[in-house]
Amino acid sequence: MVESNRLTNLAHHRGAQTRPPAVRLHDIQLRRGGQPILRGLSAELGQADVSAIMGPNGAGKTQLLRLLAGLAQPDGGTVHFAWPDAPEKHRIALVFQRPVLLRRSTLGNLSHALRQYGVPRRRRLSRAMELLAFGDLTDRARTPARALSGGEQQRLALVRAMAAAPDLLLLDEPTSNLDPRSTAAIEALILRATAQGVRVILVTHDAGQARRLADDILFLHDGQVAEHSPAARFFDMPASAQAAAYLQGDLYL
Amino acid sequence: MQDFTTAFFAAFDLVLTLDPDLMQIVGLSLLVSGAAVALSCLIGFPLGAALGAGRFPGRLPLLVLVNAAMGLPPVVVGLTLYLLLSRAGPLGPLGLLYTPAAMILAQAVLVTPIVAALTAQIVADLSEEYRDLFATMGMSRTAQAATLMWDGRFALTTAVLAGAGRALAEVGAVIIVGGNIDHVTRVMTTAIALETSRGALELALGLGLILLALSLGINAALMGMRATARRLADG
Ligand SMILES: Nc1ncnc2c1ncn2[C@@H]1O[C@H](COP(=O)(O)OP(=O)(O)O)[C@@H](O)[C@H]1O
Ligand SMILES: [Mg+2]
Repeated sequence: MVESNRLTNLAHHRGAQTRPPAVRLHDIQLRRGGQPILRGLSAELGQADVSAIMGPNGAGKTQLLRLLAGLAQPDGGTVHFAWPDAPEKHRIALVFQRPVLLRRSTLGNLSHALRQYGVPRRRRLSRAMELLAFGDLTDRARTPARALSGGEQQRLALVRAMAAAPDLLLLDEPTSNLDPRSTAAIEALILRATAQGVRVILVTHDAGQARRLADDILFLHDGQVAEHSPAARFFDMPASAQAAAYLQGDLYL
Repeated sequence: MQDFTTAFFAAFDLVLTLDPDLMQIVGLSLLVSGAAVALSCLIGFPLGAALGAGRFPGRLPLLVLVNAAMGLPPVVVGLTLYLLLSRAGPLGPLGLLYTPAAMILAQAVLVTPIVAALTAQIVADLSEEYRDLFATMGMSRTAQAATLMWDGRFALTTAVLAGAGRALAEVGAVIIVGGNIDHVTRVMTTAIALETSRGALELALGLGLILLALSLGINAALMGMRATARRLADG
């Protein structure tokens, strides 16, 4: 972790506050089955390398990521990305909480993705090999993806998202089911992605992880922003009662 | 009983010596049913994929229809085709009645709904699972269909095998449109029916043994494919 902390600091240094945020959300409304899920949510995310979204179960974190990925349309409000053609041009990649892997080998999953993203056939294999190496999955190339361990599956889902050469990577609780070793591997991968210039929005319940990786924390409660603070301040002095209770492990829903 | 035992051994003899008459009948059976299954896949795969993952008006009624057609009675299919193909019928000029082509057509009518309905089910299940992934990848409908068919390949093989089982075993449709003409349109099932009624039990039994072995083989392959499909799904 010493290594990744050094990387983190490096990354934060690079993630200067001068560039525009990856996405500006203004007064977002989202309904599902007649119920309001996101209620007037406004925020600017992804100015630095890693923004974390936290909040209790059911707060609307997953729905917010889906909205950012273009899988859902808001019922009100506006979403503005730093890139004019996002999210259409694969600039935004989403990794689901439970990886959706094709019934193919590890390599097969990557080749398939590269093909969808328009990488010409002759460059697919070399690019896939790079991605395998990137995800430390080279010796798993021929393994059926669904036979991989949980950590390997999550790494594959992450590098497959990287196949899109995205500007913004959305990760939904990527380590919630993983042991500490696999978690460390995913965190290292996230930092490697940011080192390549990818900005990351990370949903996590892991305060340590958010501290290690994120610059800023958006805390959601009941479909609204309870707090949006720099990470250091969020963990030392949460400004909202909800975040304070959440961090103390007080259960509320 | 004496009769039966003698017939049984005679039947074995026919099978083991590869009796030319018997082999011709088996060969025609495989040809007709094989062609029928191939034709059914040609129609049933795209139809099933569209029904399973497509969005178009009339999809649900069509799905119900295709599912219902899985249980079409072969004699009714045979009769209908007979009316269409007979000299006075609308397709009479084609001169297909009492040819293997008519038999292929008849079995394809029986098998296509099986292939299409099972394909639709397989593709629908996969599509449900992959929908969000496809959406994040911005895949076209055709790219989605291709991915679904490839990822369902082992499950789809079970659809083909189920269709082959139905084609090889049915007798009602091919006997009506084929006419059971010796050396021309006589297949295993129609030969068994005829030879049994004539009391020529050894040929009937010999064919029965082969048919049974084929059916067992198909079902064993089916189970193997299902297991493979499951393994690929579960890891
Ligand atoms: N399709 C849906 N229909 C109705 N309610 C939904 C649907 N999807 C999610 N919800 C509700 O939206 C709320 C936010 O869900 P989600 O974004 O998954 O929360 P989380 O912060 O745990 O990721 C929850 O109360 C959930 O029950
Ligand atoms: Mg969630």
